[in-house]
Amino acid sequence: MEKRATFSNLWLAAAFIAPQMLLIFVFFYWPSGEALYWAVTLEPPFGGSNDWVGLLNFQTVFADPKYWSSVRISLAFAGIATALSLVIAVILALFVDRRLPGHQVYKFTFFLPYALAAPAVGLAFRFIFSPDAGFVSAINRVFPDIWNPALDGYDAFALIVFAQSWKMVGYNFIFFLAALQSIPRSVIEACAMDGAGVMRRMRDVQLPLIAPTLFFLIVINITDSFVDSFGIVDITTGGGPARATDLMVYKIYADGFQGKDYSLAAAQSIVLMLLVIALTVIQFRYVERRIHYS
Amino acid sequence: MIERTPILDFATHALLIFSLVALLIPLWIVFVAASHDFHTVNQVPMPLWPGGHLFENLSAAWERGNFDRVMLNSLIVAGGVTIGKISISAISAFSIVYFNYRLRMVFFWLIFITLMLPLEVRIVPTYAVAADALRPFQSMLDFVGISVNLPEWNLLNSYSGLILPLIATATGTFLYRQFFLTVPDELTEAAKMDGAGPVRFFFEVLLPLSRTNMAALATIMFVWSWNQYLWPLLVVTDHQNYATATMQLQKVVPGPLFGEPPVWNIAMAANLIVLAPPVLVTILLQRWFVRGLIQTDK
Repeated sequence: MEKRATFSNLWLAAAFIAPQMLLIFVFFYWPSGEALYWAVTLEPPFGGSNDWVGLLNFQTVFADPKYWSSVRISLAFAGIATALSLVIAVILALFVDRRLPGHQVYKFTFFLPYALAAPAVGLAFRFIFSPDAGFVSAINRVFPDIWNPALDGYDAFALIVFAQSWKMVGYNFIFFLAALQSIPRSVIEACAMDGAGVMRRMRDVQLPLIAPTLFFLIVINITDSFVDSFGIVDITTGGGPARATDLMVYKIYADGFQGKDYSLAAAQSIVLMLLVIALTVIQFRYVERRIHYS
Repeated sequence: MIERTPILDFATHALLIFSLVALLIPLWIVFVAASHDFHTVNQVPMPLWPGGHLFENLSAAWERGNFDRVMLNSLIVAGGVTIGKISISAISAFSIVYFNYRLRMVFFWLIFITLMLPLEVRIVPTYAVAADALRPFQSMLDFVGISVNLPEWNLLNSYSGLILPLIATATGTFLYRQFFLTVPDELTEAAKMDGAGPVRFFFEVLLPLSRTNMAALATIMFVWSWNQYLWPLLVVTDHQNYATATMQLQKVVPGPLFGEPPVWNIAMAANLIVLAPPVLVTILLQRWFVRGLIQTDK
């Protein structure tokens, strides 16, 4: 889209765009390029410049069963947490959108969890779900040793899934509600005139109409679960027990900064980057479509 | 809607009230745990009603987490990111939309692509750049064969290191661009006819019009940068002087590692301190926050 009326002072234009370009060059393009460089080179043990090794780093990464287990865990985490928070959020939004007395209260409160930092959510859930104090531990009194995220991998995984979906419910709720409220009231009223009850209207009219939002949110949620989950994992489980919650971002951090192996971490970063880029491309393609049809 | 559905209405209220309780109960538990003494908090099951030790726990946590300093740091970082983002993305969007030069679409796409990769997925190389921010230029000079030695500019343990990489994304620019495109051309033409140059037009016409967008962006950016965790964790090694609030959470986690007693009440009090500012901001500026969320992610 072009503006009809523009200015022509090129120096000014350059001066205005320069800070942003400088920042993204230094902190975005250069590092991303360097990640590629590191991914295909290896640092020699006694200093000097990096040696070209081709796809060796990727082969090392892909040959490591620990990496594949981390990928599996990340995908399961993304899938389950996304599904859980989306389903809860869409149900809440549908019922809040009935606009019964008091519905404003929910608009003000449901999104609160999203304002919390991931590590703060992590710390809260670590306490609430801790095996020997807090809230859920009561269940261990009745059934001894049934819940212990510090020892049982599945428990730990469930813990980070709960924390992530709790955090995202509010966010998804805001988007679903905005989408539902943009459906013209006359459409809903017409359905009511035709004799469709509340539930029928939800299922056959409102849900299909907010499908684009649902799709958009799936992408956003999966990306967020790849990216922002670091804080949750770091505070609650530290990737354990026995790597049961070793998500991809966490593994990159552990290999790169604790293991000091930049090449391995870079190769893993590239894989994660490709995943996130693929998701974003899907999302933008869909956004394009929505702009055309709306 | 005029419709008599008493049973369904009752079910709706029941479901919503139940969900409200379920969603807020983690926050309530944090608050309750922060208000009990050491013994009460470790009871199983813990009480669900607040006790009388809230302020004593808060001050103990404040002391322990060095919050005098880290709250200030977090404020500086969040404020810096917010102000930097608002101003830099405003002028770059202005340049892209209101000036006619060939590279502008290139610039637009270069900025746009940064939306794709959040800081967390390119954390390793970004960290390496932060260790010497002038290194990209040094390498380029070396590459073209100019032997000028640039000074080293280490961003680790500095506010600029905490702030600058967080500004280097496209969210804001995109938001402003979308908005500028909806500003009618007639305004620009009128301003030009009255003899206003680009700078004057920007400050006196465009910025006042963008006030709501700026408020929305500012709210989002403040909360987002306050909640940053991984990046500060890497950039800051001098914890005395540059630690941010979220980083302190790692220190108060009661772990079995050091044989410490699980002082959950202090940990939850610290959590309360850390989560209070963004929660307050979102509650007080709720309108802007929701608006910003919906706009920035489109």
